[in-house]
Amino acid sequence: MKSPVVLSQDSAPGTDEGSNAPLIRLRGVEKRYKGGVAALAGVDLDIAEGEFLSLLGPSGCGKTTLLRIIAGLAKPSAGRVEASAKAGGGGIGFVFQEPTLMPWASVFDNVYLPLQLAGSSRAAAAAAVESAIVRVGLAGFEGTYPRALSGGMKMRVSIARALVTAPRLLLMDEPFAALDEITRFKLNDDLLALAAEQRWTVVFVTHSIFESVYLSTRIAVMSARPGRITRLIAVESDGPRNVAFRTSPDYGALCRAASAALAEGGA
Amino acid sequence: MSVAPDLEVRAFPRWLRVAVPVLLGLLFLGGWELLVRTLEIPKFVLPAPSMIVAALIEDRATLLGSLWVTLGLTLAAFVMALVLGFAFAVLFAHSRLMEMSLFPYAVILQVTPIVSIAPLVLIWVGLGHLEWALLILATIVAFFPILSNSTLGLKSVDHNLQELFQLYGASRWQRFRRLELPSALPYILGGAKISGGLALIGAVVAEFVAGSGTGTGLAWRIIESGNRLNIPRMFAALLLLSLLGILIFFSLAWLEKRLLGHWHESARPRDS
Repeated sequence: MKSPVVLSQDSAPGTDEGSNAPLIRLRGVEKRYKGGVAALAGVDLDIAEGEFLSLLGPSGCGKTTLLRIIAGLAKPSAGRVEASAKAGGGGIGFVFQEPTLMPWASVFDNVYLPLQLAGSSRAAAAAAVESAIVRVGLAGFEGTYPRALSGGMKMRVSIARALVTAPRLLLMDEPFAALDEITRFKLNDDLLALAAEQRWTVVFVTHSIFESVYLSTRIAVMSARPGRITRLIAVESDGPRNVAFRTSPDYGALCRAASAALAEGGA
Repeated sequence: MSVAPDLEVRAFPRWLRVAVPVLLGLLFLGGWELLVRTLEIPKFVLPAPSMIVAALIEDRATLLGSLWVTLGLTLAAFVMALVLGFAFAVLFAHSRLMEMSLFPYAVILQVTPIVSIAPLVLIWVGLGHLEWALLILATIVAFFPILSNSTLGLKSVDHNLQELFQLYGASRWQRFRRLELPSALPYILGGAKISGGLALIGAVVAEFVAGSGTGTGLAWRIIESGNRLNIPRMFAALLLLSLLGILIFFSLAWLEKRLLGHWHESARPRDS
């Protein structure tokens, strides 16, 4: 049955646009697939501007579905998704689990794609593309084709492509899951630096407790199917996120808390 | 374990890779020549290579004219197959209904031996415009690999890339031009390599079936030479036909390398 709730992707006039209004507001979001399988049940979530929110949960808990709903790539079966006007501008940046590069296009052309699709000429976009490539540390690889890049470098290209439009909101779907630990740690640190520099709001899907604690300012722990948010954990740490944080007692305590919350949810 | 550093098998140098097959070919031709001369085999049974070359030079005007006709027909059929096959593939990839309704007929056209429908086409079209009938027949032969490969290619677009294009608000045309076409290109070229050879086969078969009416292409030269027991000229025509096929194949292989070499996995050099 179709829900009578009106789905609104854009903020209606008169919506509270105060500084405390969340960038994205989810209310009662449900997703049911054709076979009757419920992927998400009643998700309420406010995503505040500037936060780094991890969606942490076991495989198949619907975290990717939730991310796709936020991106507008999937429609909820019921419930509302409200995006503040502040989420507009450069639009939404999306980083998939795989690098999802066009193999026939060079690094430059892959990063240029979002601007190209928006109608920007190569010459007009060159500066923005070049700067995005430099910021992910791939200067000098503009003319290289994806097949010649390592997994970590491909993921950097993918991130450069997401940041080239200067989005306010970056959605990432287990972007580093397929990478080795050394590369993942390096990319984690680079991502944190970029997010701070770009003042991004990030929603980061992961099934790694350690990754979610290390990166986030807030963790939304999800239960197994049908997915619900069972607990919100604020990650408060004054110092920078680095090796010291990774080995601090705070970090251990937070990991235990997230782990306990996952167990509660039936993971 | 050996201490020697040259563990990997060294590839043959380039000149040797050319020289060895050429040498083998020369040995074969020499043996053939020798056999025909010593056993005094009559030239209407098996002419010596020297006689074939002589026939090629002597009848060069006729033979080259025929070569030109067959080449023209083959290229026209190939281009027709490419255009039609790709157009229908685009239609099929974008409309399940179209594919469902039309694909079975494409298969029927493909599996029905061309020789068996040739007389019909010749009667319908060939009475007024024989060259049209030949073109239609050769096109039918070459059409299917392009159609099926391009359809597969257009449907094999990476799902995440599709979503990425959707996310950035790509238009229908942008999706086609920037995503579907490049994704399908390796498949299309694979189909084209098969179709190029088939277009030549189709042209020759069509000419065979059309018979004396054409009187111009290489296939007709072969029939005519056979009828006149001019076997050296028959071999000469056959030689030109083979060379034409080789030329078509290598042209398409070169094109494939040009278009895919810098990115596709199939063109990636192997690590030794």
